[in-house]
Amino acid sequence: MATNANRPTSPHLQIYKLPLTGIISISHRMTGMLLSVGLLLFVYIISAVSGGAQSYASMQAAMTIGLIKLVYWGFIYALFFHLCHGVRHLVWDAGKGFDHETLNRYALIELMASLVLTVMTLLIV
Amino acid sequence: MAEFTLPKNSVLTEGKTFKAPQGASNIRRFEVYRWNPDSGENPRVDVYELDRDDCGPMVLDAILKIKNDVDSTLTFRRSCREGVCGSCAMNINGKNTLACTKSIDAYANTIKIFPLPHMAVVKDLVPDMTHFFAQYASIKPWIATQTPAPADAERLQSHADRAKLDGLYECVLCACCSTSCPSYWWNSERYLGPAVLLQAYRWLADSRDENTGARLDDLEDPFKLYRCHTIMNCTDTCPKGLNPAKAIAETKQMLVKRQLG
Repeated sequence: MATNANRPTSPHLQIYKLPLTGIISISHRMTGMLLSVGLLLFVYIISAVSGGAQSYASMQAAMTIGLIKLVYWGFIYALFFHLCHGVRHLVWDAGKGFDHETLNRYALIELMASLVLTVMTLLIV
Repeated sequence: MAEFTLPKNSVLTEGKTFKAPQGASNIRRFEVYRWNPDSGENPRVDVYELDRDDCGPMVLDAILKIKNDVDSTLTFRRSCREGVCGSCAMNINGKNTLACTKSIDAYANTIKIFPLPHMAVVKDLVPDMTHFFAQYASIKPWIATQTPAPADAERLQSHADRAKLDGLYECVLCACCSTSCPSYWWNSERYLGPAVLLQAYRWLADSRDENTGARLDDLEDPFKLYRCHTIMNCTDTCPKGLNPAKAIAETKQMLVKRQLG
């Protein structure tokens, strides 16, 4: 029997409810990408620092704008989140931490840890 | 290349509504994916209102009720109605599971039923499993030996070795896990997916199998095995409570250990 060439693809992203681990997994990828883009801003800051008093002052003025502050604190949270999930991957690669019951618990620990690290950085700086 | 939106011919349209019978007091609403290969139309979502008091306890009972009493054109697979055949795997309220072992009362309101995600649909809730089973065949899911069989006994196994197959042999190949995996959605032509990889590990873990080297050679491939990114949807969704992600991690470890000697 010939197969129907017009077979539809069943819905996927449109209907699937990602579990917390799935959401964290895609966030890990997205933060990875955003961090790469964010490195350009980092390069801008470093070049401003090395460019003398005037460029330093203008960079500092930019960094005090509320919206930009939000961006770099977001960058730092993304960095810590990416780091924490990276550690999670190391644990997984060691063959540990796969148990059903622990999946969500560890996911919450990751989120809390990255939040705590961000707040600690905020307090230190 | 991953395509995140549905192709034109797969976009959902609104379907028909079948009202609950007169006098029904305990009404449950079911939204069911429908596609008729002979109509030339796009898939649609039909709405069925059932009297919960006149229907069995499981989601499969509701689907059977629809087919028997409301709309006989509804097409789906089912067989054992007790979670051992894997036929009635489908997506219920956003998660893949077996309709026969999932209670209607496990869900609060409307129950939305779709075929397993990102599969070619044959009709309604029936996806084309040809490729999935071809992938299963590709891992040679049978025992392979080099030594001659014992003359007067079976190939025996210690209790400890037999215990290594627990959590693996129970897999019924319903494909809930593979079709929950975004990596499988985007790369199913080349990535084997969690179900088939769990089955592959089932033979790697079997003390009686003497083909471990060749099996590992076959899996050592950037796509077949290493498209697993530990997203964990597979383990989250398995209706038998198995852990495909763990089996994949153990396979990766076997490969590393072999490389290190």
